Amino acid sequence: MGDSTRFSFLSLLRHGAGKVWDRQWRDAHPKASYGVVIVGAGGHGLATAYYLAREHGIRDIAVLDKGWLGGGNTGRNTTIIRSNYLQPESAALYEHALKLWESLSQTLNYNVMYSPRGVLMLAHTHHDVQVFKRHVHANRLQGIDNEWLTPAQAKAFCPPLDVSPDVRYPIQGAALQRRGGVARHDAVAWGYARAASALGVDIIQNCAVTGISRGADGAVTGVETTKGPIETGRVGVVTAGHTSVVMAMAGVRMPLESFPLQALVSEPVKPVLPCVVMSNTVHAYISQSDKGELVIGGGTDVYASYSQAGGLHVTRETLAAICELFPSFRRLKMLRNWGGIVDTTPDRSPIIGLTPVPGLFVNCGWGTGGFKATPGSGHIFAATIARGEPHPIAAPFSLDRFLSGRMINEEAAAAVAH
Amino acid sequence: MLLISCPWCGPRPENEFRYGGQAGLTRPAASADDATWSAYLYLRNNPKGRHQERWRHQPGCGRFFNCERDTVTDRISNTSKIGPR
Repeated sequence: MGDSTRFSFLSLLRHGAGKVWDRQWRDAHPKASYGVVIVGAGGHGLATAYYLAREHGIRDIAVLDKGWLGGGNTGRNTTIIRSNYLQPESAALYEHALKLWESLSQTLNYNVMYSPRGVLMLAHTHHDVQVFKRHVHANRLQGIDNEWLTPAQAKAFCPPLDVSPDVRYPIQGAALQRRGGVARHDAVAWGYARAASALGVDIIQNCAVTGISRGADGAVTGVETTKGPIETGRVGVVTAGHTSVVMAMAGVRMPLESFPLQALVSEPVKPVLPCVVMSNTVHAYISQSDKGELVIGGGTDVYASYSQAGGLHVTRETLAAICELFPSFRRLKMLRNWGGIVDTTPDRSPIIGLTPVPGLFVNCGWGTGGFKATPGSGHIFAATIARGEPHPIAAPFSLDRFLSGRMINEEAAAAVAH
Repeated sequence: MLLISCPWCGPRPENEFRYGGQAGLTRPAASADDATWSAYLYLRNNPKGRHQERWRHQPGCGRFFNCERDTVTDRISNTSKIGPR
């Protein structure tokens, strides 16, 4: 479908209201062989395919998914975008993504509803204040916007916030990244799928990878799938919580553990929350969707699991924290809750790059905060696959850092799911 | 919330326990090479299905024990005292 609709104000007028739009991307069937096979049609996998096609001229690509496009963590996260990370390697990575977010709707000609409404990170303890001020100063040195607000300034920026001194964890201040915000998660998957499909990429749903074939020299020769074998010399694994399972097919053990991370939404209400609010100490984060629902992120279960559900007590603790921060939200009803399986690394930073198996590449370990990185992750992973060597921003995030000991410790960033 | 049977104290709710990760990891000798140490410290099976793991009954008897749990259903099939290898 190289002739997909070019969206514009005029095309919307011409199409008229209430009429059904054509399908925006091809639902393909697998060919016998491809130049590159991407496993996982989430945001990161689709973005990888798109940038491979657009920037590296590789059009002979299949993106395989065991379920439906964007049905994993892409459709389950709380859509927060920010780049105020402490370590220089992380700041470079997430800022690369944030810069791509700023023009992504234009790039893809698809509205991903990126809304830089500000991400407010609350400090409740002396330790929080020190850590966040350190982040603010580090970010300013890195050229990334992040500023310190007093409790009164935080209240002015986010009026429903309770900044009174007589609560269990009084707010001592907050770090604010104004360019941070949210985007529409489904639109990100659909936008990348549409753009990649238009460049000739085959997106194949309901096609689970069941094996990774290797030649006598150990290099990848193809994948086995539920829709038959596919020959390829390059496989990119972008399967989030299931990465250990897929990599085991090639005999590679990963430094990963998979945990259920929960989120929930309230009934829709009129605009009440102007920004994203996160709190590591009371363990909550919240924003309001364009539909009016409050989107609330919970914690992870303490044990490794693939049950996309999670314990109810985890959600209850999250709601207790939300009610303390925002007493006016106490009477809201919750509509839905769900879980996604997140793959966490020992240093809470992702793994992007080559593996011990020639032709096998991996992009995983985003843990509780991968959505924000989607465009940057796909962009540098595509370059890594195309060139067969790590993109400069991806290089510090290689798998072999767990052998060399060059960790990128972001546990402070991930003290709460983000 | 899981109901976990401590081999010493009996069935108790999950929030009385600390998760201890994959069971059966053997600490290498100090002279072992980097790859052996890296595998011990960081590489995990992380299976989808039957998992051998450790839990600690933190505010109860305080002891570690072994547990076999299915990571898809979260059903616990067995808990046992940690014995000599």
